[in-house]
Amino acid sequence: MRPMGKGSSNTSDTDAAKTGRALRRLPHLRVPWAVRTVVRFALLMLAVSFLTFLLVGLSPIDPVQANVGQAAYATMSPERRALLAQYWGSDQGVLVRYISWLSHALCGDLGDSLRFNAPVIEVVGERLANSAVLLATSWLLSGVIGCALGVVAGVKRDSVVDRVIRGYCYVLSATPTFWLALLALMVFAVWLGWFPLGFSAPIGSTGDVSMGTRLYHAALPALVLSLTGVANIALHTREKTVDVMGSDYVRFARTRGESTWTCVRRHGLRNLVLPALTLECAQIGEIVGGSILVEQVFSYPGLGQAAVTAGLGGDAPLLVGIALATAALVFVGNLVANLLYGAIDPRMKGVAAHVE
Amino acid sequence: MSAQAMKETLAVDVREAQGNAGSTCGAAPAAAPIPGRHHGHDHAAASLHPGGHHLLRVEGLNVSFRMYDPGEPFFRARRIERPVIRDLSVSVHAGEVMAVVGASGSGKTLLADAILGLYERNVRVSGRILFEGKLCGPRELADLRGHGISLVPQSVNNLDSLMRVGKQIVGSCGRGPSGRRRRAARRERMLKLFAQYRLAPEVADKYPHELSGGMARRVLLACALLDDPRLIVADEPTPGLDLELAVRALDDLRSFADAGGGVLLITHDIELALRVADRIAVFRDGTVVEEAPAAAFEDPSQLRDPYTRALWHAMPGHGFDAVAFDDAGPFDAVPQREGSDGADAKLSHRPVKADHDTIGGNA
Repeated sequence: MRPMGKGSSNTSDTDAAKTGRALRRLPHLRVPWAVRTVVRFALLMLAVSFLTFLLVGLSPIDPVQANVGQAAYATMSPERRALLAQYWGSDQGVLVRYISWLSHALCGDLGDSLRFNAPVIEVVGERLANSAVLLATSWLLSGVIGCALGVVAGVKRDSVVDRVIRGYCYVLSATPTFWLALLALMVFAVWLGWFPLGFSAPIGSTGDVSMGTRLYHAALPALVLSLTGVANIALHTREKTVDVMGSDYVRFARTRGESTWTCVRRHGLRNLVLPALTLECAQIGEIVGGSILVEQVFSYPGLGQAAVTAGLGGDAPLLVGIALATAALVFVGNLVANLLYGAIDPRMKGVAAHVE
Repeated sequence: MSAQAMKETLAVDVREAQGNAGSTCGAAPAAAPIPGRHHGHDHAAASLHPGGHHLLRVEGLNVSFRMYDPGEPFFRARRIERPVIRDLSVSVHAGEVMAVVGASGSGKTLLADAILGLYERNVRVSGRILFEGKLCGPRELADLRGHGISLVPQSVNNLDSLMRVGKQIVGSCGRGPSGRRRRAARRERMLKLFAQYRLAPEVADKYPHELSGGMARRVLLACALLDDPRLIVADEPTPGLDLELAVRALDDLRSFADAGGGVLLITHDIELALRVADRIAVFRDGTVVEEAPAAAFEDPSQLRDPYTRALWHAMPGHGFDAVAFDDAGPFDAVPQREGSDGADAKLSHRPVKADHDTIGGNA
């Protein structure tokens, strides 16, 4: 879920250095940054779609068997099975299917979802809209709470406050998300009855549901999803805060009579913004990944749940569509982080257009 | 200087040590230069005792770190206390530049930290620090930061690279209307200092990485001067500067002292220190082995400590002659640093040469 993680950005650095050297020899071949980004994005989409198809092809799940049900499959005539196999596309090799999918995809048609019997774009769009509330809320919550906890822990290093925050983070990051979701469901939905048991709307309701109800239904999954993100962000921010508070410029600010919290306000936050933003943007991948499990537990009809359905049903086009959508989300997140770096750090001024 | 007068100055010192602020000096009239030797150290012509006390007096300072024994295996290592500064005494008078000279990495910066009341969490500090005759604890020292004692740090790395230089020089002023007034006043003062030190007003809008070495040096000095200090602690203000800039940096400190302030210059470069300082404190193995007027370095016979004499001989132009061998004799009695055994120490010129490399090497 993190195609632009640490490892790949390192290799792209060296790649950039290599191409940089090559480009210096051939200055007229210098490719604009925007073009390079678009090419990179296209290559990413290509790789993600191919890998997804490959994985679906390698999967032992027979789509026909998985989708018609055990009893129906057993009583089905061989001709009908062959017909269904043709409909599902499982009678062809993976490469053939991929090439046929790709030729359609290039024209803007991502195919139909076999499970939902609707165009992939439609299904992904609807699910994404459902998930958006969940993802955005937990993303913001984990960012804000994590940052605040991290700064407090870092400034009050080794104090009781720090120990409590750190202990909380360690326990939290060692806890499986789905288990935490089950626990939350048990406590807050079953015992206390504060939140609904699941779904994005009251059971049986049709048509339009108010925004308030939607948020109410998204609250518990969003909270659970943000909790694990908090641990990650808080621990990273704490380390960074410790670094900043031990830096020469904070020492010098202190020698000029600035108090600890003045130093934090004047220098700490300023220097923490960049790593925090990078972390926030990288966190998008984590959140999307976590949402798959959490949505499953809460029966929340979002992108994550659709991914599970598609995977178990051998629904290759839908799975590819979802993979592409999440990969694009993460790519955009990293892109935004890079652009913000250029905009915020004065040392990057003038080179902002060449940020890798 | 009569024995009587000397006794009385010593008496002043005792009163000072008891934390009796505001006591007047019986023997020496206030703000009069007292050349010669009193209360354990030699004075230079510029050494003043306004109000009858030293500007800064450090007595018996010990700094040690609590750490896990690095010599032991990881799981068996116990906590040990490693002393870095022991029984260090040094004084700074108003109107003088006092240079603490010692090898790089020998813990001189810890002296600056102790005076500024900046303590790491695993450090243990004991001893007495008196500023303007008042005994100062950690709280008082913290209050003096930026309000009496200012630091001139080593390099532009001590500035926040994400904040404009002017905003950093002006510093934190608080919020509200009073904060705004304070900020405006300090900004005006900063521009005056800029004019005085030939810095363009536009420098205030630059970021630290855009400053040249000379500009950065003046900006750091302006940071200190804006707080109107009585004592400037300059921690290695010259490395990275070429000789001309380094001399100018020291001249600026000199003129601050000439105007009545005190400067504690911490440096590894004895030659540069001798250019500007009134007095030199030789720092070795965590303590000051000798506090001597700079003039004493013109003639090694005026230097008391064998290490200082060896240092003198190690300076370019003084040559490694037979005197160095003879004078270096007591080195055998001085505890050697880790790693040099007795056999090495008996080669006597070797420690001398090594110290020359580290102390005067950058000149």
